Amino acid sequence: MLSIELGHFALVLAFALAIVQVGVAIYAWQRPNEGGYSFVQQASGLQFLLVLLSFAALVVAFVTSDFSLKLAYEHSHSLQPTLYKFTSVWGNHEGSMLLWVLILTLFGAAVAVGGSNLPKATLNLVLGSQGFLVFAFIGFTIFTSNPFERLPEMPLEGRDLNPILQDIGLAIHPPLLYLGYVGFSVCFSFAIAALISGKIDAAWARWVRPWTMLSWIFLTLGIAMGSYWAYYELGWGGWWFWDPVENASFMPWLTGTALLHSALVMEKRGALKIWTVLLAIITFSLSLLGTFLVRSGILTSVHSFATDPSRGLVILGMLTFFICGAFILFAWRAPALKAGGLFAPISREAALVFNNLFLATATIAVLVGTLYPLALDAFTGIKISVGAPFFDLTFGALMVPLLLVLPFGPFLPWKRASIAQASKRLFGAIVLSFVLTIILVAYLWDGFSLTPLGMLLGFWVIIGSLADLAERAKLFKVAPSVSLRRLAGLPKNAWSTSFAHIGMGLTVLGVVLVSAYETETITTMQPGEQIETYGYSVRFVEEVDLAGPNFTSETVTFAVAPLGKREDMVSSEKRTYPARQMPTTEAGIKTFGLSQVYISIGDRVGENGRVVRIWTKPWILLIWLGCLVMAAAGTYSLTDRKYRIAAPNLVQKQSVGAAK
Amino acid sequence: MTRKQKRLAIIGGLSAVVLTAVVFIAIAMRGTASFFVVPSEIKSQNIAVDQAVRLGGIVKSDSWEQDGTSHNFLVTDCQVDIAVHFSGIVPDLFREGQEVIVEGAMTNGGLFEATNVLAKHDENYVPKEMVDKFEEQGLCPGHTDQASG
Repeated sequence: MLSIELGHFALVLAFALAIVQVGVAIYAWQRPNEGGYSFVQQASGLQFLLVLLSFAALVVAFVTSDFSLKLAYEHSHSLQPTLYKFTSVWGNHEGSMLLWVLILTLFGAAVAVGGSNLPKATLNLVLGSQGFLVFAFIGFTIFTSNPFERLPEMPLEGRDLNPILQDIGLAIHPPLLYLGYVGFSVCFSFAIAALISGKIDAAWARWVRPWTMLSWIFLTLGIAMGSYWAYYELGWGGWWFWDPVENASFMPWLTGTALLHSALVMEKRGALKIWTVLLAIITFSLSLLGTFLVRSGILTSVHSFATDPSRGLVILGMLTFFICGAFILFAWRAPALKAGGLFAPISREAALVFNNLFLATATIAVLVGTLYPLALDAFTGIKISVGAPFFDLTFGALMVPLLLVLPFGPFLPWKRASIAQASKRLFGAIVLSFVLTIILVAYLWDGFSLTPLGMLLGFWVIIGSLADLAERAKLFKVAPSVSLRRLAGLPKNAWSTSFAHIGMGLTVLGVVLVSAYETETITTMQPGEQIETYGYSVRFVEEVDLAGPNFTSETVTFAVAPLGKREDMVSSEKRTYPARQMPTTEAGIKTFGLSQVYISIGDRVGENGRVVRIWTKPWILLIWLGCLVMAAAGTYSLTDRKYRIAAPNLVQKQSVGAAK
Repeated sequence: MTRKQKRLAIIGGLSAVVLTAVVFIAIAMRGTASFFVVPSEIKSQNIAVDQAVRLGGIVKSDSWEQDGTSHNFLVTDCQVDIAVHFSGIVPDLFREGQEVIVEGAMTNGGLFEATNVLAKHDENYVPKEMVDKFEEQGLCPGHTDQASG
């Protein structure tokens, strides 16, 4: 019982510590001194421990169903399985803010520990900037969204977590997404440090890249997981809705991807410095914008918990402060940064600029589509809705050139290259992509559409990326054993580049195939009835009433099989959660290879029948498989030794040693 | 070309691409955005047949008729009722007397053909755009009372 106050106190201490940390960091910046540096460094670690303690207190209250805690009363229930009691901690506004802060301090501590090889002055500025973010966000949590509020009298039972959130997805999606969002704060702080100190070079890019990569991996997984969760939980069979909240997580992903590529140019060639710093700022700003959109309550979606509007204003204020502050600093200091190396219009650098150009423009399209309706409503009161047609058109059109050029990138040398030469080496891949597309289109032909173009792009990205590996291994040009040995000896980044791009191609292919060839059948079925739909047979086996821990369920079992194959059982449910008097639909999903059959049940028809909605989703798993491949490729690149040894520091350490 | 001219040429070229894209985005916006209206606005603004809109209102009590996958109901703002038809499965929290948003268009017969029905997915959730409009125009004061009654 005491632990709640302890947790509250720990959070307040962390807040106070952040204020002192920022003060000391500013002092140490003006008057460099070892004591100040080491205080700032240790404060980051201590902050994390304090917030962790505070978070643990909240977890204990939820897991032990201590309903004297207002938050636990409002969002938990004693009959919930322990996992959901645990995830209920962040299944609400206040708790999710605390998770946000926890992850922010985790990254601060990670920089403090992992950054011991950075120049002390740089580390001081980075951690000072992180400390300022911690100060602002803990302040927001304590003053507007305090998770530790008590109730004067302890209720006997809680009001239960929103049933839609009672799923393993809540254990995975928000933490991953936050790790991605908040991870970009490190890139932001590095950018601030670079602008304040005016020192920015290839070494800066090398420090920032692993943090960008790490955040990008988490964000990729977080978005993919969110998409799959929405797909199976909401029961509509959709996997991406261009919902403002989804867009909010997608925009930092787009600019984060751009940042990964521009930091590469900066690291290898010293060019694009100013742009890279700007991208680092923009990416975290978009993360903040995402937090604002989701947490302020200006949008209504499954993500926005009931909130009071004053919070929205505070978040908007913080958002404006951080973004404007960073941009003013940028405008003031960026001209002082020295421009880097030049490159020809056709070169690896130019290809990466092309990548950045289209990713940035695509971000603009998504940003406009997301914010324009809000702005229009705020200024004129006209309410419009911008949905999938807008995004499919604009975002889709912008992806075409990006994906067309993508495989050329790795084939172009730095500084100066020739398209003719790269095309010659990619000729086989071009032919193979066309052949595969023609075969597939002929096989699936159902009239003219843009689908073949999409397939071609998917195949082209996959095969073109494999061609890069084949080229490096001199496949078919030397003996197979030599090729194998060459493959084994390839640098890690060659593998990770190639596989990240293959993952992208797989996702594109999945999106195209499922969008073009998914089918939907709505019908009524009686027990025992069997129907055939687009290559599958579906039989209504039986309906039974079941009871879960905190819900009751009407469960219908179906037997599903590709025509002529053995049947498999799958259940689809309608659940009712008495605590909130709320029904939910649990879809029945059966996987066949990479395709799925997705069944939702609707209302009862007659005595025992049901309205049944059956989707076939060909190749849909490719969408998420591609994301997993991208994330795995990124993770592999992180194991590269060069990110653990920062070359400039070796020099610095030696000089320190020499001075002694 | 000097170094500076080269840089300017590149920046100019990139800006041209972004500008073209922005124009394209604006055109796409005009073509694809749909307006949010309440039933009385369908009448007063003469919403054209086949123009995609989002219609928000309350599902009128005792108006919901269901035949298998076919649903007919009235969406009201307590002044005008619009008859809506929808084929499919309505959301779990679709109920008479509660807020609903339907996406679709008016047909020639004066019927609203819905392609999508959105109900709330949490008992605290009320479609904000709808509440704003209802309050602005003083429609259905205390409509939640009507729902329980």
